[in-house]
Amino acid sequence: MAKSIDVSGLNIYYGDFLAVQDVNVTIKARAVTALIGPSGCGKSTFLRTLNRMHEVIPGARVEGDVVLGSDAIYGPNVDPVEVRRTVGMVFQRPNPFPTMSIYENVLAGNRLNNRKLKKADADAIVEKALSGANLWSEVKDRLNKPGMGLSGGQQQRLCIARAIAVEPQVLLMDEPCSALDPISTAAVEDLIHELKTDYTIVIVTHNMQQAARVSEYTGFFNLKAAGQPGHLVEFNKTSKMFSTPEQESTEAYISGRFG
Amino acid sequence: MSSTFPSSTLPPRSLTANALPRWAPLLVAVVSAGLGVLASVLFSWGVAGLVLVAGSAMLLLLPLWSAVVENGRKAKDRLMTGLVWSTLAVALLPLVSLLWKVISKGAPQINGDFLTYTMRNVILAQQGGIYHALIGTLLVTVMAGIISIPIGIFCAIYLIEYGAGSRLAQAITFLVDVMTGIPSIVAGLFAYALLVALLGPGTQMAFGGAIALSLLMIPVVVRSTEEMLKLVPNDLREAAYALGVPKWRTIAKVVLPTALSGIITGVTLAIARVIGETAPLVIICGMTDGVNTNPFSQAMATLPVFIYSTFQEGTGTSVSAIANADRAWGAALVLIVIVMALNLLARFIGKIFAPKTGR
Ligand SMILES: Nc1ncnc2c1ncn2[C@@H]1O[C@H](COP(=O)(O)OP(=O)(O)OP(=O)(O)O)[C@@H](O)[C@H]1O
Ligand SMILES: [Mg+2]
Repeated sequence: MAKSIDVSGLNIYYGDFLAVQDVNVTIKARAVTALIGPSGCGKSTFLRTLNRMHEVIPGARVEGDVVLGSDAIYGPNVDPVEVRRTVGMVFQRPNPFPTMSIYENVLAGNRLNNRKLKKADADAIVEKALSGANLWSEVKDRLNKPGMGLSGGQQQRLCIARAIAVEPQVLLMDEPCSALDPISTAAVEDLIHELKTDYTIVIVTHNMQQAARVSEYTGFFNLKAAGQPGHLVEFNKTSKMFSTPEQESTEAYISGRFG
Repeated sequence: MSSTFPSSTLPPRSLTANALPRWAPLLVAVVSAGLGVLASVLFSWGVAGLVLVAGSAMLLLLPLWSAVVENGRKAKDRLMTGLVWSTLAVALLPLVSLLWKVISKGAPQINGDFLTYTMRNVILAQQGGIYHALIGTLLVTVMAGIISIPIGIFCAIYLIEYGAGSRLAQAITFLVDVMTGIPSIVAGLFAYALLVALLGPGTQMAFGGAIALSLLMIPVVVRSTEEMLKLVPNDLREAAYALGVPKWRTIAKVVLPTALSGIITGVTLAIARVIGETAPLVIICGMTDGVNTNPFSQAMATLPVFIYSTFQEGTGTSVSAIANADRAWGAALVLIVIVMALNLLARFIGKIFAPKTGR
């Protein structure tokens, strides 16, 4: 059920501002793809075009094609809401729903879409998603407490549980560990390892070791120059990227000789 | 790096400094009060003079003493503290005296009969009551709420969630601002003209009053709801979208519940704001002595109009005039209690529905 993503000739705009230019890449199914690059080069922007979250921002638009499996997600008659049900997303900052308990937060994707669930099924989904996010043992005795009452790291794992509870085919993660301690980070990385058997995962990270640890493929984004749009400099197997990158700027960024 | 600040520009530092004793403000207060009493007795300035002299003495003496013993910064601090407290006192003065006046004049009128009798066939100083006006105020306000709360909330949802920045939204925001400033009498005249246009001249009905009140209420509801919706973090909307939740359902199930406590508080305050409106109701609802529960025909008594008309009949020294003035004060007290109850209710509801952090 996991699907690959084909991106061709993608230009991403905020109003008249071209943020990312001419991305061509194929993201493999059932694999982890890491996106790295300096701040402001358009990693988040690119990620958000993969589930049509980009166009939520007023004035934002794209040119080019993104094909999920065999469906062009920017094709005519495509419902962005359906795209987002297929391509889940975890944000940089944890954002549990403040009016909902832990239990309701996990079920939010189902409940908010009015899917009727039997109590037993709902319980099963909650336990599976929370176990998947390595959170079950910490919260199983307080499922009815507010989600906002968890620590920042726990909230982030709750958000991951919420995203996988709707069983998407692709999971996008924008710096999911930037607010987490090493232990929670390790938990999330383990989780990514487990999830990749079922999902296609794209993860943005500033942590080179993390990219090397979790991903099979890595894409390096960079700005051509200050004030120029970002672009995809190099896309390769992670092992190759971190040993013998093709581009000089990749080598410079990875080895820390950047800027 | 060898550049440091030239040490000569910095004053010598010491962590201890002279301080006034902790009872200093108290002592100054006593002295100032003494001065005030002295002045008012000597020059027979009365209570106003006493308060004025004592207040300004307190404001001056403590900073002066502090300037001598302590330092300039602490003296300024004491002066500003004094100013802040005295402005607070000045601001509270009218409120407290108003409450005092209304309670002292109104409380003796309040009893079970006052709340359950009407004024039908009441003559001279017989026991009358405000039951008919209470019912009328209740009906008119509830109708105004039914009209204006949905309109106001949906308008705010459009402005924040859909319109954001568009021409139409800017125009609506401008009109809402203009509506906020409409004098209530104008709203009343408008509603009256509407009724006359639809039903012919001389029409009196409570529903028209409700229309006038909702004209006053809608902008308040729109504004407060708008502010509350703006406070809902965009992260939450995006989180819902990313789960594949359509926009309208995101608004209904995520945005509104998150903002609910603030919206309800705003609505309750809007009701409190219009419940004492008099001018439009004088025009449209009129006045009557008995209970009228049909909002679509005839005059209906309401508390503010009741106060207005009984007070008008209450000038003079005749038995019935004195009784009417008393009834006006009683009704005023009841109105104030209702408004206060609504305010407390708003706070209470705000607490109940506030998103829980669980910490
Ligand atoms: N909402 C927006 N409106 C206009 N421009 C935006 C918006 N969001 C991002 N940009 C611009 O798009 C460019 C790419 O931003 P983006 O957030 O994708 O960078 P990033 O690679 O994710 O950086 P970081 O590593 O700091 O998260 C930047 O120049 C940024 O200023
Ligand atoms: Mg980013």
